[in-house]
Amino acid sequence: MYLQQLVNGLTLGSTYALIALGYTMVYGIIQLINFAHGEVYMIGAFVGLIMVAVYKVNFFLAMLAAMAVCVPLAVLIERVAYRPLRRSTRLAPLISAIGVSIFLQTLVTLMEGPNPKGFPQVIEDTVYVFGPVQFSKVQVIILVLAALLMLLLQYTVKYTRMGKAMRATSEDYETASLMGINVNRVISFTFALGAALAAAGGVLVGMYFNSIYPLMGVTVGLKSFCAAVLGGIGSIPGAVLGGMFLGVAEVFGVAVGFDTYRDAIAFGLLILVLLFKPTGLLGMPIQRKV
Amino acid sequence: MKRISAGRWVEIALLEVDGLNVSYGGIKALRGISFKVEEGEIVALIGANGAGKSTTLRTLSGLVRAHGGTVKFNGVVMNKVPPFRVVEMGISQVPEGRRVFTRLTVMENLEMGAYTRKDGGVKETVREIFKRFPRLEERKNQLAGTLSGGEQQMLAIGRALMSRPRLLLMDEPSMGLAPMLVNEIFSIIKEINRSGTTILLVEQNAKMALSVSRRLYVLETGEIVASGEASDLAGDELIRKAYLGMH
Repeated sequence: MYLQQLVNGLTLGSTYALIALGYTMVYGIIQLINFAHGEVYMIGAFVGLIMVAVYKVNFFLAMLAAMAVCVPLAVLIERVAYRPLRRSTRLAPLISAIGVSIFLQTLVTLMEGPNPKGFPQVIEDTVYVFGPVQFSKVQVIILVLAALLMLLLQYTVKYTRMGKAMRATSEDYETASLMGINVNRVISFTFALGAALAAAGGVLVGMYFNSIYPLMGVTVGLKSFCAAVLGGIGSIPGAVLGGMFLGVAEVFGVAVGFDTYRDAIAFGLLILVLLFKPTGLLGMPIQRKV
Repeated sequence: MKRISAGRWVEIALLEVDGLNVSYGGIKALRGISFKVEEGEIVALIGANGAGKSTTLRTLSGLVRAHGGTVKFNGVVMNKVPPFRVVEMGISQVPEGRRVFTRLTVMENLEMGAYTRKDGGVKETVREIFKRFPRLEERKNQLAGTLSGGEQQMLAIGRALMSRPRLLLMDEPSMGLAPMLVNEIFSIIKEINRSGTTILLVEQNAKMALSVSRRLYVLETGEIVASGEASDLAGDELIRKAYLGMH
């Protein structure tokens, strides 16, 4: 039973992790909590739904379409709502992010209505049994795809020219621009990466929980943000670890009977961890420049 | 260097700064300074803290925008060029306090220095830099944050050379280094210059600046108060008193 809950927890956790990565990367590079990120995820889920329900494409194409919509959307959000405020106070872009978030929620509510929509069954209900544990096909897809995307991200950040520029920019954007790095382009790229992962997360969650609605980005976004902070905001492995940790904790919490408090578990855990480790599980100690 | 202008050959310097004004908020950091750097020279800007030396270099690199005056590099007006293009055009900077990327490896730091290069010669440049700084080769896979201060300064210099600049700006390369290392850094600066890179050096260590450069400008609260050949300035009574600590 514990093993089965662990599998369920990791499945949920990998969707949190996919979304948490976007928060952590954007924070790492411009120290902004992108509150509109949850809405990017929600729009990804809707695009996936429309592709599957209306255009009858298969699940993979639907996911690619969701990415194709969310990537330019996130780049546009940064360009319009955050970049003009980069030299102002830290609070201004944060408020702007909340504005974008409310705008997108309302827009989708107007277009699609406020009620939850079900996701057509695109993946058959096959169940694979391994000893005491069973995986549904959807779970296998989520676990495998999330792992692949995270490996791809790790490779991009570690080995590609753009990934190295991202790391350099997140450490010291001024010196990065002295190297000839176009910092604005790096920031756009970071938003694009985060949005692609969130779009994939949206479609995967839509399939798993079979419920898509305009406000779905609020709770999941907040929880994924918690996951990012829990793992140490700015740290990519931290976001993955935080997401998994949160997913597993939530599933176990529900299993032992706290299902009314499902959402409180994430926030309670966050408080607990931060009390003992203020920079998160894998967070770097705060350095002050002299 | 000669250029055709209005149908005639005229002499132009590699870098020409004319009446440069820079303010932060309401405070004037540079009050109309003018100077030039000829191809092949080492020129030093000396002066006390807050005189505007770093501001000058930051403006040349495009990090700070001028409120008046012009910067011409190779005859081209640079005032509105963004920092990442400045590097492409042939100016690179060793910033104050080294500013290596501590969470990147030594090798990755060097790669960042070559970010704008599209030719295939980057590996060759890395070899040249490792030849000049063998310590960097030994530590090429280490995080730059684990290097000593002197090694970080060498990395910062090597990184700036990766773009193969025509003009190298160096902001206080001797800052915070032990005297022996200071001598080493300055002999490296001379070597870099001998191999064909023009250098504009900002220093508080006036003695060192006098020993390596051909010409100097003295900055005081945003204005150039003296300039001349190093040999002349070294003998100047005022300079000796104010900057060399001699009486």
